[in-house]
Amino acid sequence: MNEIIAIVQEYGQAYLWSDGYRLSGLAMTLWLLLLSIVIGFVMSVPLAVARVSSNRLISGPVWLYTYVFRGTPLYIQLLIIYSGIYSLEAVRAQPLLDAFFREGFNCTLLAFALNTCAYTTEVFAGMIRETPHGEIEAARAYGMSRFTLYRRIILPSALRRALPSYSNEVILMLHSTSIAFTATVPDLLKVARDVNSATYASFEAFGLAAVLYASVVFALVWLFRRCERRWLAFLQPRAH
Amino acid sequence: MLQGYGPLIASGTWMTLQLALLALAAALLLGLLGASARLSASRLLQTLAAGYTTLIRSVPDLVTMLLLFYSLQIALNHLTEWAGAGQIDIDPFVAGVVTLGIIYGAYFTETFRGAFQAVPRGQLEAAVAYGMTPWQVFRRVLFPQMMRFALPGIGNNWQVMIKATALVSIIGLSDVVKATQDAGKGSLQLFFFSLVAAAIYLAITTVSTLLLAWLGRHYAAGVRKAEL
Amino acid sequence: MYQLTVEELHKQYGTHEVLKGVSLKARAGDVISIIGSSGSGKSTFLRCINFLEQPSKGRIFVGNEEVRTVADHHGALRAADARQLQRLRTRLAMVFQHFNLWGHMTVLENVIEAPVNVLGLDRVEALVRARKYLAKVGLAATVEDKYPSHLSGGQQQRVAIARALAMEPDVMLFDEPTSALDPELVGEVLRVMQALAEEGRTMVVVTHEMGFAREVSNHVIFLHQGRIEEQGDPKQVLVAPRSERLAQFLSGSLK
Repeated sequence: MNEIIAIVQEYGQAYLWSDGYRLSGLAMTLWLLLLSIVIGFVMSVPLAVARVSSNRLISGPVWLYTYVFRGTPLYIQLLIIYSGIYSLEAVRAQPLLDAFFREGFNCTLLAFALNTCAYTTEVFAGMIRETPHGEIEAARAYGMSRFTLYRRIILPSALRRALPSYSNEVILMLHSTSIAFTATVPDLLKVARDVNSATYASFEAFGLAAVLYASVVFALVWLFRRCERRWLAFLQPRAH
Repeated sequence: MLQGYGPLIASGTWMTLQLALLALAAALLLGLLGASARLSASRLLQTLAAGYTTLIRSVPDLVTMLLLFYSLQIALNHLTEWAGAGQIDIDPFVAGVVTLGIIYGAYFTETFRGAFQAVPRGQLEAAVAYGMTPWQVFRRVLFPQMMRFALPGIGNNWQVMIKATALVSIIGLSDVVKATQDAGKGSLQLFFFSLVAAAIYLAITTVSTLLLAWLGRHYAAGVRKAEL
Repeated sequence: MYQLTVEELHKQYGTHEVLKGVSLKARAGDVISIIGSSGSGKSTFLRCINFLEQPSKGRIFVGNEEVRTVADHHGALRAADARQLQRLRTRLAMVFQHFNLWGHMTVLENVIEAPVNVLGLDRVEALVRARKYLAKVGLAATVEDKYPSHLSGGQQQRVAIARALAMEPDVMLFDEPTSALDPELVGEVLRVMQALAEEGRTMVVVTHEMGFAREVSNHVIFLHQGRIEEQGDPKQVLVAPRSERLAQFLSGSLK
């Protein structure tokens, strides 16, 4: 117990938001999560539309992308992007690429965004496919163009129905951010590891991180429940 | 093509597969025990099992893994110190199996719990009405039916767990990730050998997908036949 | 002047011809009932009119504007100009058998959706319109903010009719509007349709309700195996059919 108090006193700030001169710990983890989720979401919506296209030339590449990124561990994707790409002569010779791939944070964010985008694309594509056919037919019968049909009917309906699966993906992504330390990003687990090597109080050092991660998960679950109550009301059967 | 690193990578792959399969066995066992506890009449067992699955599933795999790995080592040190023996280092392979087993046991607990609850109560009542003992009801009716409902969840957890085995190299296991990284550093071709690691994982998940699809069809065919 | 003209419509599924040259002309205020047994092609005919299904031959005019078509490589006719089709579809509002309300929108949102996003109507104006037509189909203001899944089938179909009315279309197409309803809910929908007919709206109705066909419509078409077997004034055609098939059909369904 004394060790926990000592750790909180000495490293509490590093665990939560700053190690003295830069963002660290929980704040870094949440920042990474937010950025990758936002980028992943923005890219996944058009990709999901492409994924359900009946034209193989359009849906095929998206299928390949999600298949590869969902079929391999995120850790290896990060290794490829962080140490793999930067080991290439051609990348280091190009100033812009060199500047980008030298930064662990950039590589981590790229890997995370590509990874969560692949999962999110499949979630959204699944929901688009399950849009009731009659609703699409009605939209066409009322003169909607393809674009309006997607913008007003298919996507709003599909994205709402995707909410439970999407919240799951966000929580899994939060968990996945814990590998960021392997690319030297000072996230929550990096702080915990540093504290572990400084104090040898492994249980306390990692336990504190575990408690913080779990709290974020509980907060996310609560948040998504509220969203579901608001946006999924239309799916609830009527009460008689 | 692999510049002499073939055997190293092959043995790493074999290590990863062994790890995944043994962890799967451990997780399935823990999952069945956990689900039984969650559905048992005992309040204490219910609460323990619920706490286990909630906590494990809220914390990232890697954090749980490091927490268990280091804490188990410290506990073991205390034990050997107390017994007056020399320090025993935990083998990363054993640690990997144990930690992955404990983590995915929580996910399997939830899978099995849902599957047990999906079995129609009427069928169990029918079994009891025909004079089966509780063990017979479980073995002849509940378990086979439950497995049918659990199969998709088992497949899903397995796919996630295979990918999680990549993390065990972080606690020092000479698995396929470690092997390819060593080969990459040795040959100065880190990019290529990281791609090899990805390809090996993709092959494993692809074979799993095909196998699971086959199993799923196998079961579905049985169901259709039974419904005729 | 005809509001809707269909000339010699053919429709083929593979080698099977479901429509073998069906024509129809609707003047303003006409209420045309299309009857026939299942498989006669009556729903397919209606769905070909607004190109939810593609006819293989024939011409369709809305007012005096013809839907321009091209044949695709399967031999089916596609609209040559998607914009033109979209514009003409807004003048042919359809009411579906399964309502096909948009599930993620409330009742009010369903009714203003197409006027705002297709016709380009101002939102405030569309709301006024929507409330007017919801009142006309007999729905109280209290259902406005409900989702379709929270309504009864009869209420949902009346919302769907209000949605069609809010387009202020030239012709309303009804595709078996009461077939998916529980028997006790059929009456409320038929009464709304009768009121619309009495207002002088142009309607083409595929239906199984012989009472409606006889009492409300001024023209009835009996389809049999993809052909018009008999048509005319319902008071004559349905009371004293000339063709044996219609007589059989009526004796089967008028029990």
